[in-house]
Amino acid sequence: MQSKDSNLNGTVAVGSHTVSRKKTFDWRNYIVYFAFIGVIIYFSVTLHDQGFVSTDNLLNIIRQTAMISLMGLAMTFVISTGEIDLSVGSIAALSSLTAALALQAGYGMIGGVAVGLGTGLLVGLVNGLLLTKLGIPSFLVTLATLGTVGGLAMWITDTAPVPIVDATFNFVFGSGDIGPIPILLIWTIVATIIAHLLLRKTSFGRQTLATGGNESAARFSGVNTQRIKLLVFLGSGFMAGFAGLLYAGRMHAGRFTFGQGDELSVIAAVILGGTSLFGGVGTVIGTVIGSLMIGTINNGLIIMGLDVSQQMMIKGLIIILAVAFGRKAIKR
Amino acid sequence: MEKPMLSMKNISKAFNGITVLDSVDFSVKKGEVHALMGGNGAGKSTLMKILTGVYSADQGEIYIDDQLVEIKNTDDARKNYISMIFQEFSLIPTLTVAQNIFLTREDKTSFGLLNDKECVEKTRKLLQELEVDIDPNELVGNLGVGYWQMTEIAKALSQETKILVMDEPTASLTKKETKILFSFINQLKSKGYAIIYISHRMDEILEICDRITILRDGKHVATEDCKQIDLDMVIQYIVGSSMDKAFEWKEREYATDVAPVLEVKNLSIGSKVQDVNFNLYPGEIVGIAGLMGSGRTETVSAIFGTGPKDSGDINVNGQPVTIKTATDAIKAGLALIPEDRRVQGLVLEHSVKDNVILPILSKMQKGLFIDNKKADKVANDFVKKLNIKTDDIYKTTNLLSGGNQQKIVLAKWLANDPSVLMLDEPTIGVDIGAKTEIVDVVRELADSGKAILVISSELPELLALSDRILVMHEGRIIREMQRREIHTEEELQHAIQGF
Repeated sequence: MQSKDSNLNGTVAVGSHTVSRKKTFDWRNYIVYFAFIGVIIYFSVTLHDQGFVSTDNLLNIIRQTAMISLMGLAMTFVISTGEIDLSVGSIAALSSLTAALALQAGYGMIGGVAVGLGTGLLVGLVNGLLLTKLGIPSFLVTLATLGTVGGLAMWITDTAPVPIVDATFNFVFGSGDIGPIPILLIWTIVATIIAHLLLRKTSFGRQTLATGGNESAARFSGVNTQRIKLLVFLGSGFMAGFAGLLYAGRMHAGRFTFGQGDELSVIAAVILGGTSLFGGVGTVIGTVIGSLMIGTINNGLIIMGLDVSQQMMIKGLIIILAVAFGRKAIKR
Repeated sequence: MEKPMLSMKNISKAFNGITVLDSVDFSVKKGEVHALMGGNGAGKSTLMKILTGVYSADQGEIYIDDQLVEIKNTDDARKNYISMIFQEFSLIPTLTVAQNIFLTREDKTSFGLLNDKECVEKTRKLLQELEVDIDPNELVGNLGVGYWQMTEIAKALSQETKILVMDEPTASLTKKETKILFSFINQLKSKGYAIIYISHRMDEILEICDRITILRDGKHVATEDCKQIDLDMVIQYIVGSSMDKAFEWKEREYATDVAPVLEVKNLSIGSKVQDVNFNLYPGEIVGIAGLMGSGRTETVSAIFGTGPKDSGDINVNGQPVTIKTATDAIKAGLALIPEDRRVQGLVLEHSVKDNVILPILSKMQKGLFIDNKKADKVANDFVKKLNIKTDDIYKTTNLLSGGNQQKIVLAKWLANDPSVLMLDEPTIGVDIGAKTEIVDVVRELADSGKAILVISSELPELLALSDRILVMHEGRIIREMQRREIHTEEELQHAIQGF
């Protein structure tokens, strides 16, 4: 039993191989940035005369993508845990209506905002509880709420839009500009910074990534993975509600069509950005770039004069190309 | 008499009415390494999961330093300074080493944000103390299995710990890594940690442990001083009856003047495998020895078409074959039982029968449909032949023990009647009883004319099985040894360590 080696306290390296740690630059991790730059250059050259590069048009792109970006930020957390939220578009629609109704009923701006965000939080809570307490997969839960909430949004006003006359609300949530800067850009920047810090620099973010990286390992390490999942769905509901407010403010109305189908653009933006659909790997900045890229492509195609059907096809192809080239970032 | 630091008294636990632990007593002293042994399903893991708060006991008390404590979840265990190194690793592949080690316990800056720099620094120091050469910023997913283990231990020790539970800590370590681990355990011992050491490896237990407790069928069988116990006694306690000498090598007779069934020529995979050549003859058992990362697993995966291959030719029965996928390999008459049976070898949610017939579905068809009678018969035959312990062939495989799962993987590939059978670490995490059965089955297969290629880090197993041993080092076959030329384990050990 005395088989100790005298040199054990010396400098024994583990095994005869040291871990290879050459950090080769893998451009595929940054595919979305290259693609985004490529898209901008392409449209700048081909659409120069049609005013693609004008400040007005660029700010317009930002206005058009703000809602997708904001929902994408929260979706980054959801997908990082390995889950998915398909209900964000419907939540945005319902929130735009509940906020507009609250404003119409005279609850004032704070009341309207609270009702709109509360709507989002409530649906997020339902999603999260169904997932964590009943163990229904998030794909099914949110597919069901996508339908239910979308139907609810049509039903509460019998598909009629609800106008918003509160000028302050409209200014703050979408229509306003501060100097030359659209308020939607400010919202996007503020939310991006917060989301980035949250994901990279807080325990919550770290535990979100851990949950998606290997759920049982995270649990064994003391991460309350159920709580994390509930929180990311609350966050997703909240941000979808917020996007609903922005749609309402920008269009001066609540309407059941706002946000309809946005879940596809939002999920595409997140995946294009480099967040892994299998969880564990997430990037907030990537998501915003992904969202801007989709917005830019949309904008460019409209200027080119392509109709909606052609836009849809090209968008689909671009997503597949980007995902195929960047697949290393998506696979673990 | 020295008082125990930890004592678990009268612990009972049942799952769905089946008793897994029956009034078990267990105690560990300060500065003691206490081995916990027993066959698969003896209740070791359940007992430790109760200690670490993963399960809660139906009955019984846990005392730490004579204080009654309640351990309801992993947090409680941590508060009582209990840490466990799990057999199923508790690391997140998508986070870095430092992020894993300090997960949920990260340092914060004054703004309440994560202070990764501090964590990386602490990790670097910790790893230096442990003499482990790992970059704190490396993603865990990029590390080899051996380094996972080291990271895992570093993680357990990074928090204040009095009682450390190790579940099969050497299962995936090489001899050298094991030595480092042991010197390290001795350090911890002298610092007053109480260590519970779960293992199937007797030699290790006799080397490192002070006392040993043996469980069988959920009951406490014996607690003995390691100095007053030997292998035969332990095996007696574990199996309840005497073991045969399965791990003794027997010179086998097989024809040597026939054509090889498998020829591998100039196989290369990047820098991992370089210019590997070997032949395999019918009825022969060839072992591949080597350290972790020496290219053993990559070699067999490339032959079987499940891993990448840059260049090289493969002949089966003298005919060149092109193998791009496992389907090609199976058609050519090859079979591979992979290292990680849970991930690569079994569909755990499926029944024993479904797993066994999966590779031979086409042979089980009657018209468009599966001939269930025939399939049942095939499955039942294998259950009997390999002595698989299951209630029936319809039981889902994740309910079976590790040894029995491995036997199903074997059955699965035998059903296809391959001419070459490759086994990658066939007895990892398998109890001694099942291990000898697997060894016997492999011998029988070779006797029936199949060519067998075995990778194993357990040298006694390799020496017991092989007729010929290929030694791999840094991607090359550096030696080929006839079994009868090797007289001791040390000789082989020397060859493996290379230069």
